[in-house]
Amino acid sequence: MATTDVVPQGAGGQLGRKRIVNDMSIQVATVNGSGSQSSNTVLLRAIFQMGVPISGKNLFPSNIAGLPTWYTIRANKDGYIGRKKEIDFLVAMNAETAQDDVMSLAPGASVLYDEPLALDKLRNDLIFYSVPYDKIVATVCPEAKLRKLVKNMVYVGVVAQLLEIEMGEVEKAIRKQFAKKVKAANLNLAAAQAGFDYAKASLQKRGAFYIERMDKTAGKIIIDGNSAAALGCMFAGCTVVTWYPITPSSSVVESLIDYMKKYRVEEDGKASFAIVQAEDELAAIGMVIGAGWAGARSMTATAGPGISLMSEFAGLAYYAEIPGVIWDIQRVGPSTGLPTRTSQGDILSTAFLSHGDTKQIMLIPSSAAECFSMASEAFNLAEQFQTLVFVMSDLDLGMNNWMSDPFEYPTIPIKRGKVLDREDLDKLGGFARYKDLDGDGVGYRTLPGTEHPAAAYFTRGSGHNDKSNYSERPDDYENNMERLNRKFETARSFVPRPEIFKGTNARIGIIAYGTSHWGITESRDQLRNEYAIETDYLRLRAYPFTREVHEFIEQHDRIYVVEQNRDAQMLSLLKLDLKPELTTRLRSISHLDGLPLDARSVTDELSTMEGK
Amino acid sequence: MYDMGVQPERVAKLSGIGCSSKSPAYFMNRSHSFNSVHGRMPSVATGAMLANRNLIALGVSGDGDTASIGIGQFVHLMRRNLPMIYIIEDNGVYGLTKGQFSATADLGSKLKSGVINDLPPIDTCGLAIELGATFVGRSFSGDKRQLSTMLKAAIAHQGTVMLDVVSPCVTFNDHEGSTKSYKYVKDHDEALQEMSFVPHFEEIDVEYDPGTTVSVTMHDGSHLQLRKLEEDYDPTDRIAAMTRLSEAHDKGEVLTGIFYVNTKAPSFLDMLNMVDQPLATLPESQTRPGREALEAAMEELR
Repeated sequence: MATTDVVPQGAGGQLGRKRIVNDMSIQVATVNGSGSQSSNTVLLRAIFQMGVPISGKNLFPSNIAGLPTWYTIRANKDGYIGRKKEIDFLVAMNAETAQDDVMSLAPGASVLYDEPLALDKLRNDLIFYSVPYDKIVATVCPEAKLRKLVKNMVYVGVVAQLLEIEMGEVEKAIRKQFAKKVKAANLNLAAAQAGFDYAKASLQKRGAFYIERMDKTAGKIIIDGNSAAALGCMFAGCTVVTWYPITPSSSVVESLIDYMKKYRVEEDGKASFAIVQAEDELAAIGMVIGAGWAGARSMTATAGPGISLMSEFAGLAYYAEIPGVIWDIQRVGPSTGLPTRTSQGDILSTAFLSHGDTKQIMLIPSSAAECFSMASEAFNLAEQFQTLVFVMSDLDLGMNNWMSDPFEYPTIPIKRGKVLDREDLDKLGGFARYKDLDGDGVGYRTLPGTEHPAAAYFTRGSGHNDKSNYSERPDDYENNMERLNRKFETARSFVPRPEIFKGTNARIGIIAYGTSHWGITESRDQLRNEYAIETDYLRLRAYPFTREVHEFIEQHDRIYVVEQNRDAQMLSLLKLDLKPELTTRLRSISHLDGLPLDARSVTDELSTMEGK
Repeated sequence: MYDMGVQPERVAKLSGIGCSSKSPAYFMNRSHSFNSVHGRMPSVATGAMLANRNLIALGVSGDGDTASIGIGQFVHLMRRNLPMIYIIEDNGVYGLTKGQFSATADLGSKLKSGVINDLPPIDTCGLAIELGATFVGRSFSGDKRQLSTMLKAAIAHQGTVMLDVVSPCVTFNDHEGSTKSYKYVKDHDEALQEMSFVPHFEEIDVEYDPGTTVSVTMHDGSHLQLRKLEEDYDPTDRIAAMTRLSEAHDKGEVLTGIFYVNTKAPSFLDMLNMVDQPLATLPESQTRPGREALEAAMEELR
């Protein structure tokens, strides 16, 4: 049997006429641990190399091997690279989920399936392509034990043929993927070619989707946010890294280890850094604080459960005023939650992380490029304000593949903040650690080891006066807390400003942050084109909020705050900051399923709330 | 520190929370000091040493701070052999919260209120030896001579020094029936050795008999001389040390002395192979790679 193509009814006729170019999402359903990641990357890269904007999102289980995993590639000529809700082309390789996967498709979608699965019996409004993978792979891979791994590369060839992806680009992508392993590259290339040849000889193209060469990716890179963060930290002059492995943050430090070994080992083989795997998150942040106290640029990376554990130490760093950078790659909570799904659920708890009155600075990247650039900003702010800075990434940004412009070399110098050295102390004679000499709430500090008799001071998480002596006096406590607040207020003018996108005479504003940005960008176009709703959009990049955020809210009648959590966490923070009469302008759109935010969900909800 | 010629500016005093942890406020005020959070001083000390390998880290903890809330960090500190001196001021009770038992309280010891401890104690010295600490001893705050000799040797050691100093709490645990009272410890103190310490800048002027005295050459060339009070006790034998500690428990002795010394094991800082200069003060030229490095990284991602 060569093919079991079924002509779809209804949508089929219409699709036959239409040619949809460079606008689709391809989903590959496999089993984790089956080596499908290489095939998916090759497919993604081949399309990217043809100049078509792409994104690749991996939806995977919290498990080592054997459970279902889905990889979704979106190709979009307009540069929309957020998640698309609908799947246009399904590659069904996993018997366990195949039925559900097929049943959830919209009419007119294409399905490529492994012949024995016989999925074409399930529906009659889809386009089915059947491929006898085992037979094909046997012809190119004599070694039986390798077949399982190579099998996945066959679908790359089939998809390439059906969508008109150039095989030259597939080959280039395979060569890159297997780099120095020439034998493996050749074997995989043969498998892809066999798939291509099979499709050409035996399948009849029915769907409307095509990839055509264009020129929107020239010079661009593909990278995940965690690797971008790692690169950023290396170029930010980070010297001490401590960590406790936790999904989805582990690859921040794993990438950093690779980059540091490559670029931060001196000619004599010695390292200009220390990376320590700690016994838990408590120790990880304790080491960050110890190192920050002693003057290093120190950091750790974690996720929600780690943030909860770090709470006590975060209060110490706030109160004793010690710099450090914490990357929170947010995943779905509460508790263990869904460790491999994305969320923006740590915003509120991190903003006030720890007991007593504490407030923490947060930076919020939306893109890989921003993971890179915010690393330098985070370290500078941490040392300038002698406090922790939390960089609130998420799983979607951190672990998925993003197309990006190449990163720009940091132009801001490394700023070490108010640190007095021996010469300064010679001139001054002495200093008071927490005295607000400059009116910005930030005192001067010395580093342990400074060779001057007046350098030492006593750091403590207990009550202290401006000379850092133990104090339980009410006025000392109050003055200190008010100064800390002044420091936080000063930070408003130094944290990254929001990015503002203007519509035409819009009365409606959207506020969003992080990875929601990609869905919002697309949704605003949908709202304009489909509902004639004009919106302005402010993308938050930091907490505390800068002046622009207040102005934006004042300028609009209604503000939709879109976020990926249940409780409108950022909206709550905004309310605390706003004049009471402005708070009624805020409305919440919350996205809560653990999947990256898609444009359609926002468009549907916002248009409904607008009565359209 | 003064006797050893240590410049106070090089010392970092660190502590957790508790009566013991207040100690750093009472000595060496030309040294930086950090009173951190309960049971977590080891991680803070580790971070500080990573940032500045030239510091001399002196940690002061207590039995509660170490053996209960801080046991996790204590265990991993010992395991890493980070160069630092870790002192437990051990009194078997929580003083700041008015005298509850801690995890080093002996079985059968009695509180002021009459409550009897019915759980076995954690022997912090046995634990430290098992985990990899390279200088482990116990002393008694009432034995100034022994303790100060031990501290001098500790300063000369490059690796984790763990000293359990039995320090009776005169307020909550110094009564009849307590096994951590001044009187009880004085009566049951069994010293393993008589010790003397010859700093590297002094000549050894007394010959010793290798049959009765063990001499340990420290990292800086100092000599720690231990005159055996017990035949055949070899402080470089890890297994023997643990066996002897077990015996002491069974006999109800408060065994003091240096139980174990290993000057050969690499320290945590050696293993990390860092540059000689403290990471904290490396200039930008050493911590921010050049433009060509970023370009190379970008090229791999295209």
